[in-house]
Amino acid sequence: MTLFGAPLLGRMTLDALPFRDMVQHPTRENIVNGLIASGAALMVILAAITVLGLITWYGKWKTLWCDWLTSVDHKKIGIMFIVIALAMLARALVEAFFMRAQQAVGLDGGFLSPEHYGQLFTTHGTIMIFFMAMPFLTGIINYVMPMQIGARDVSFPVMNSISLGLTAAGAALAMISLVLAPFSTGGWTGYPPFTELAANPGPGVDYWLWAITLSTLSSTMTGINFAVTLYKKRAPGMGLMRMPLFCWTALCTSILMIFGMPPLTVATGLLALDRYLDFHMFTADLGGNMMNYINLFWAFGHPEVYILILPAFGIYSEIFSTFSGKRLYGYTALVIATMAIAVLSFTVWLHHFFTMGQSAHINAVFGIATMLIGIPTGVKIYDWMLTMYRGRVRLTVPMLYACGFLILFSIGGLSGIILATPSIDYQIHNSLFLVAHFHNMLIPGLLFGMLAGYTYWFPKAFGFQLAPRWGYRAAWSWIIGFMLAFFPLYALGLLGMPRRALSFFNPTYLPWTISALLGAVLILFAFFGLIMQLWQSIKQRASLAVPIGDPWDGRSLEWAMPSPPPEYNFPVLPSINSHDAFARQKGSGQHYETPEYYEDIVLPANTAMGAALGGAGFLMAFGLTWHMWWLVILGAVAVLVSLVGRGFVRQTTRTIPAAVVENQHRAWMNAVLETTPITRADEQTPANQGLPVSPREGAVQ
Amino acid sequence: MTTRQTTGNEASPEDRAQAQRREFRSYVIGGVLALILTLIPFALVAFTHLPAIATWIVIGECAIIQVVVHFRFFLHITLARNTREDLQLILFTFLILLIMVGGTLWILFNLYYRMMPDMVP
Amino acid sequence: MTRQTAASDIRHPGLNLGEPHKEAHTANEELAFGFWVFMMSDLIVFGLLFATYATMLGGTAGGPGPSDVLELKGPFIETMLLLASSFTFGMASLALKYEQGKLRLIGWLLITLLLGLGFIAHELMDFQSMFSKGGVPSRSGFLSAFFSLVPLHGLHVTAACLWMLAILGQMAVYGVDTSVKTGLMRLAILWHFLDIVWIGIFSVVYLGGLSG
Repeated sequence: MTLFGAPLLGRMTLDALPFRDMVQHPTRENIVNGLIASGAALMVILAAITVLGLITWYGKWKTLWCDWLTSVDHKKIGIMFIVIALAMLARALVEAFFMRAQQAVGLDGGFLSPEHYGQLFTTHGTIMIFFMAMPFLTGIINYVMPMQIGARDVSFPVMNSISLGLTAAGAALAMISLVLAPFSTGGWTGYPPFTELAANPGPGVDYWLWAITLSTLSSTMTGINFAVTLYKKRAPGMGLMRMPLFCWTALCTSILMIFGMPPLTVATGLLALDRYLDFHMFTADLGGNMMNYINLFWAFGHPEVYILILPAFGIYSEIFSTFSGKRLYGYTALVIATMAIAVLSFTVWLHHFFTMGQSAHINAVFGIATMLIGIPTGVKIYDWMLTMYRGRVRLTVPMLYACGFLILFSIGGLSGIILATPSIDYQIHNSLFLVAHFHNMLIPGLLFGMLAGYTYWFPKAFGFQLAPRWGYRAAWSWIIGFMLAFFPLYALGLLGMPRRALSFFNPTYLPWTISALLGAVLILFAFFGLIMQLWQSIKQRASLAVPIGDPWDGRSLEWAMPSPPPEYNFPVLPSINSHDAFARQKGSGQHYETPEYYEDIVLPANTAMGAALGGAGFLMAFGLTWHMWWLVILGAVAVLVSLVGRGFVRQTTRTIPAAVVENQHRAWMNAVLETTPITRADEQTPANQGLPVSPREGAVQ
Repeated sequence: MTTRQTTGNEASPEDRAQAQRREFRSYVIGGVLALILTLIPFALVAFTHLPAIATWIVIGECAIIQVVVHFRFFLHITLARNTREDLQLILFTFLILLIMVGGTLWILFNLYYRMMPDMVP
Repeated sequence: MTRQTAASDIRHPGLNLGEPHKEAHTANEELAFGFWVFMMSDLIVFGLLFATYATMLGGTAGGPGPSDVLELKGPFIETMLLLASSFTFGMASLALKYEQGKLRLIGWLLITLLLGLGFIAHELMDFQSMFSKGGVPSRSGFLSAFFSLVPLHGLHVTAACLWMLAILGQMAVYGVDTSVKTGLMRLAILWHFLDIVWIGIFSVVYLGGLSG
């Protein structure tokens, strides 16, 4: 089949099917790998059919389209980002399990083929960074930040929806690569010349390239959106130094996104030119310089790790303060430390390639800069500990994650100081020591933070708590599973085992790799725990309900509204005169006050722009990957038509009448009066309706 | 800070006419300065044979001044009028640009001299 | 803080429309600031491409170098076209701000558009002449670096021209309403910004390359 002389399916042939090799060359290795790959592809197809079937069965297509996909409400967009993150987390965790299983039996062999193993570590890394971590933190910031600064939405709600669409398109591209294989084997960093056409002519690298390009575009827009929101949409009186710390970390993360994403755009863009238009930017011949790719990639990559970790720092700050019943200790120091980390993160990227061949004094400069980041991070650790000091600490599930983080992250930070020494790095770079180090930063530093935030704000978003029993089980499994899985990797690295190794010949490694597999199993159980927790909580949602909206005796503005919040967040925009605004209002008895009058509220109208651009972006990326040029042109035309067409739309807002706002607000105020307040001891019981006793009535402050 | 009340006292027509003349003048001055700063380096390269280093220095200086001229007269960015986040944004961008561009040149040329002499221009 | 007078009510970087355009002026506070942030992000892209270009100067792989494929006349004409278009866009901005009439606004915009299109056409001719001298990106790392930097600027100008056409279309349907005003203000920022990037290109790539 051809279209205008070009093949309709581009370069896609039957070879793209994951079981093709197994059928044509039925060796033992091919059968094992073919079964695993086909099983994964089947899972994707079954999951897609199940979801589509359920939506059809319950007749929810209209709801899905009108209330979710075209919605520009920051809260719904945030939730959708988190749904993407959790789905992608499930896939990447299973891949991690297979890698650990391979290394546990990898003495002189193992069961995976090098090709398959390469795809596993590439997709695991790419998905965890770009389609788990980024959407998760974007989702939580999206949900929480506008409410914390007293705003009704972000500055550019339509762009927010487009960001979501592009991330979804990138994630979909990563998922479809399971069915129409293969994905790249070049690792999440995709170093040339391995990823150049000469070594890797197939579609794998192109899948990777366009998936992260979509993610990069999305993150750049998100960064701009959040930064402008934080600068321009704060409620009256909410000075920068009155923002909750989470907003500060969101601001610094946004700034890092704005300035940290361009180097990746340049690196991947130039690699794409090499692959598609026969350029020689990073090739091994004709004057290309592959080292510049590494330089550009890490000029993005290092700010990126702080993009990932700063929001988690913000979440921990909220959690330590709330569950210790105290003001955050050293707020100003924490703000300065956050900003210092943000700026310093642009000055250390060379520590990812100390061994490239530049002279020792350059290595020394970047090594020292790297160690300097330990100082503001240390300040934060002490501030969090001092926040707990003499507080009435409640060891709830989010607090458990936070305490686990505090200890484990410090260990990971110390191993980072070791790696920051160039002379030591020469010995252990590219070994499992490095893998242990960055997982030690990212799992406690990012993932625990996100899961803590998910548990902490879940009652805000859905109106009921997550049942704590499975929450504790999951949290403990994460913590212990993490230690079992990654502490052995430090030892393995020091013993000399390289990262990304398929198999090995040194039996000394074996006990450690088996321990790591046990850890991976425990982590899988932890994820199962999260699912069980969600399932049971949904079943018991009536008894877990917290409709009044303040289940944890919170301190910032998002707790000052019902759960789930109305789409306009605030019936009347609040006026702020201190930090910890809601705690201050509660202290002086000024919370839950009826405003003098209500006004019409203007909100942005729904739009299909996010879905349209996400869909068009997916078509372009898929077409580029498989060289289906007609699809690329179709997608490009769709993008152009959407953008130009959007310019002609004038009806971009809708109005909620004051009477509706007044009714909703009064109903909630009546509920507040009728609800019995609870003390903090009953926080995790069904008695908690989301109304804590007023601090003047004897609660420890 | 964020929701600034709009001022009731609107500018008088005379004020506005004056502002219009001022802003028109700004574009003219900017255009003339930019033209001169473009012509100097082009003329230098086309018609003279100074040593390369001297030419590069003049080109670089003219370019930097012209960038400032464009910011000042076309984009209306001045140190006095933009006191808030706007100026911080631009200055921070130049800091990042300095770090990334300077760092890239430093690292890669050092690498070339040590490992890849072919790449030294 | 003392209350600013309306005439100096600066809400965002760049030219402010001011009180008579109250709605657009208010909307612009976030829109223009956001667009500036995007421009600064884009500036990093160009900055890194300049750095990459500089580090690839030696990667000619025995092929043509800057003085073999580059000429002075083409970029000089392009520079003049772009500089003139920056000035005429400034005139369009003033026509918008001081309500000098729709015809005058459209006139200045059309002149700007023509200058922009002239720039693109002339740049394409330059590339054509480079190709004929063997200056193709597949020849060497240096030429790849050239063709990743200079045409990207050209693509930006093309996008800006398309955007202007879209806004002219909106003006035809809705007149000069708030959306058109805020759109033009942002397009103006983009246009002046692209002229600034071009200063870098003619100084570093063309003048620097031809005076070696």
